[in-house]
Amino acid sequence: MMFDPQVIIQKLPEIGSGLFVTLWLWVAGVLGGVVAGFIVATARRFGGFVVNTLLGAVVEVLRGTPFLIQIFLLYYGGPFVGLMLDPIPCGLIGLTVYSAAYYSEVFRAGYASVPHGHVEAAECLGMTRLQTIARIQIPEMALIVLPPAINLAIILLKESAVLSIITVPELTATVSAIGSQQYAFLEAIFVLAVTYWIIVELTDRLGRQAEKRLSRLRFSKA
Amino acid sequence: MSVPAITIRKLVKRFGETTVLQDIDLEIPEGKVSCLIGPSGSGKSTLLRCLAFLEESTSGMITINGEALGFFEDANGKRERLPAAQIRAVRAKTGMVFQQFNLWPHMTALGNVSEALKIVRKVPKAEAEERAMTQLRKVGLENRAGHYPSQLSGGQQQRVAIARALALEPKIMLFDEPTSALDPELTGEVLNVMRDLAAEGMTMVVVTHEIGFAASVGQQISFLDHGRLLFSGPPAEIFAKPRHPRLEQFLDTYLDRGASMLA
Repeated sequence: MMFDPQVIIQKLPEIGSGLFVTLWLWVAGVLGGVVAGFIVATARRFGGFVVNTLLGAVVEVLRGTPFLIQIFLLYYGGPFVGLMLDPIPCGLIGLTVYSAAYYSEVFRAGYASVPHGHVEAAECLGMTRLQTIARIQIPEMALIVLPPAINLAIILLKESAVLSIITVPELTATVSAIGSQQYAFLEAIFVLAVTYWIIVELTDRLGRQAEKRLSRLRFSKA
Repeated sequence: MSVPAITIRKLVKRFGETTVLQDIDLEIPEGKVSCLIGPSGSGKSTLLRCLAFLEESTSGMITINGEALGFFEDANGKRERLPAAQIRAVRAKTGMVFQQFNLWPHMTALGNVSEALKIVRKVPKAEAEERAMTQLRKVGLENRAGHYPSQLSGGQQQRVAIARALALEPKIMLFDEPTSALDPELTGEVLNVMRDLAAEGMTMVVVTHEIGFAASVGQQISFLDHGRLLFSGPPAEIFAKPRHPRLEQFLDTYLDRGASMLA
């Protein structure tokens, strides 16, 4: 068996369309997860004991079970409760919910890292609770969570490969199909690894760039 | 004798089983610098935080310019929490400076100082920034207005924090160990700003370990130990002939550290 790049080059248009599906599912899943995760974390932080406990339980279940199982449940279990989803919407919902759970934890840790003294300073200056949350706690939290948020986005890109199991025509599904049709498994897996790695690397660079630019807005030295 | 700026009556603060402040009675005179000294854990910071209403006292009463702060307690010790709006109004009479500066890192020096003017006092942006600049000039940092806290030294950060508190024109300034987090060579610039404030007649309550500052600028020195106010009086009295054994012991540790010129 020889490593034959020709097989792959012929199929570039197909691979491109798989890559496109992966990218948009990923971006949508991350954005949806950031928004929902932010709402969940903020509600947990400021919404009182009951809200915190209830949402906390949901987050624990989502973090405590494998993504693959969640996707199976949604795709194959959904019809039993009248929820018939096509692969792509199912994948999008699954990825968003999963990423929301993790993003909410990132934001929760971020809120906890805002020094209490910064809040006390706002209180002493007469700011209301809501003003303090909006003007001090949310912006400071957002700056603190930037590195872990980028890191989570990277993890989610790789997790999105799981969606191939429910026949979402994303990168992994497309390339493995090509591999089995052409008996070119090694080439296919190689292309997959390199493609994911390139996206991860670009995301990481982008994140570092943003971090650098925002570094002066981070913690003051005491 | 005018009305005291702050009157503290029978103030008690407990955290669970632990009594941190026990029956504190103290009057802080208007226009003077009042220093709270004492060993770690003596309750001096807690007392100051009660004055800022960052801690709620367990019993007793604090009045600021004759108005009750947080709680009203009648002669029988019946206690009543005052409405939030009133608490806010009385708190607005004080400005607080923290040991850790507590500047907001995502705002420039000018942003930090003008924020409460804009958000709380609803002053238009341009005017708020103009007033903030005046305060920054006062602490000698007008050329650092556009810097973020991470770009400022500790001493500069603390001076911005002082300007931030001053911007709302409080009647009384509270300082919680304002130089304790600073390198020795940076404490001077902060103490100088505080000296200028004192010279202007600002009422100041200063929790400090800077015995030299307390001796030279303080006009009333209060010594706390184990949650009790053991002594309060003018610096000449307290430093020249310490009478309480605990105070003597406490000051000795400073004399050991080269502050003997005070004795």
